[in-house]
Amino acid sequence: MADKNAILNRTKKNAEDNGYYVCPDEDLLKDLIDGLATNEDRYGYGACPCRISSGLKQYDSDIICPCEYRDADVAEFGMCYCGLFVSETIKNDPSKMKPVPERRPVEAQDAGMEAKAKAESGEEMPSPSESHEHVQVGTDSKGIPIWRCVVCGYLCARELPPPICPICKAKADKFERFSFG
Amino acid sequence: MTKVEGKNREHKVTIYTLSTCGWCKKTKKLLKDLEVEYEYFDIDILTGGEEGRIREEMRKHNPRMAAPTIVVDDGKEVIVGFEEEKIRRALGHG
Ligand code: SF4
Repeated sequence: MADKNAILNRTKKNAEDNGYYVCPDEDLLKDLIDGLATNEDRYGYGACPCRISSGLKQYDSDIICPCEYRDADVAEFGMCYCGLFVSETIKNDPSKMKPVPERRPVEAQDAGMEAKAKAESGEEMPSPSESHEHVQVGTDSKGIPIWRCVVCGYLCARELPPPICPICKAKADKFERFSFG
Repeated sequence: MTKVEGKNREHKVTIYTLSTCGWCKKTKKLLKDLEVEYEYFDIDILTGGEEGRIREEMRKHNPRMAAPTIVVDDGKEVIVGFEEEKIRRALGHG
């Protein structure tokens, strides 16, 4: 069982490190931490509690909390999509908490659900992170792997390839690890 | 699908939710407080064929596939997110 206290403390620390605050609505905070714990238990990673996840890590990598959309949402709306992380303004006036429109492209959710359906029907699933394990790997200065979209050439440094390419919308299995020379 | 009984049956109310989502919980609680009868689908705990079918149903009403999606009278009105005022206006009395 996931340790809820540990998740809460980790979240608080992460908020502090990034200049944010945790949800000022205590009931909501508790529900979101419970949701993250449930997801850790059933998926093995803390997928966003307010989003439909596939349960396949490489397709949900953009919505593992804190998700990739958090910073843009706190900047624009004062809170992340779930309201787990908020700005100082919202911390001081929680009545300003309002539903945040979904920023994650629906294609990302669909790609994950499609892979999940395939996996459940026994069809082989493209596994972008494993199939390129033995390639010589390029990393950025922090040691994070660099991924290249083979369709449009887009490059990004992250632990796993994005579920879909933000430029051309190609799916995760169209990414390969980029190697120098 | 889970049905929640309520005195207020003026509209057919279906909501697409997640069992882990705090805003979905707030939505369910508000409907309960308004004594609205409704049915809900927790997308994350559906299985197999049902999951695909319900997701497509949800998509018809909200192509962005975001929870909670509140569908009133088979789509006459669709509210995305815990928009408390909108929900009260559509379903509450006064
Ligand atoms: S929206 Fe908030 S709670 Fe959900 S994954 Fe992103 S940062 Fe975490």
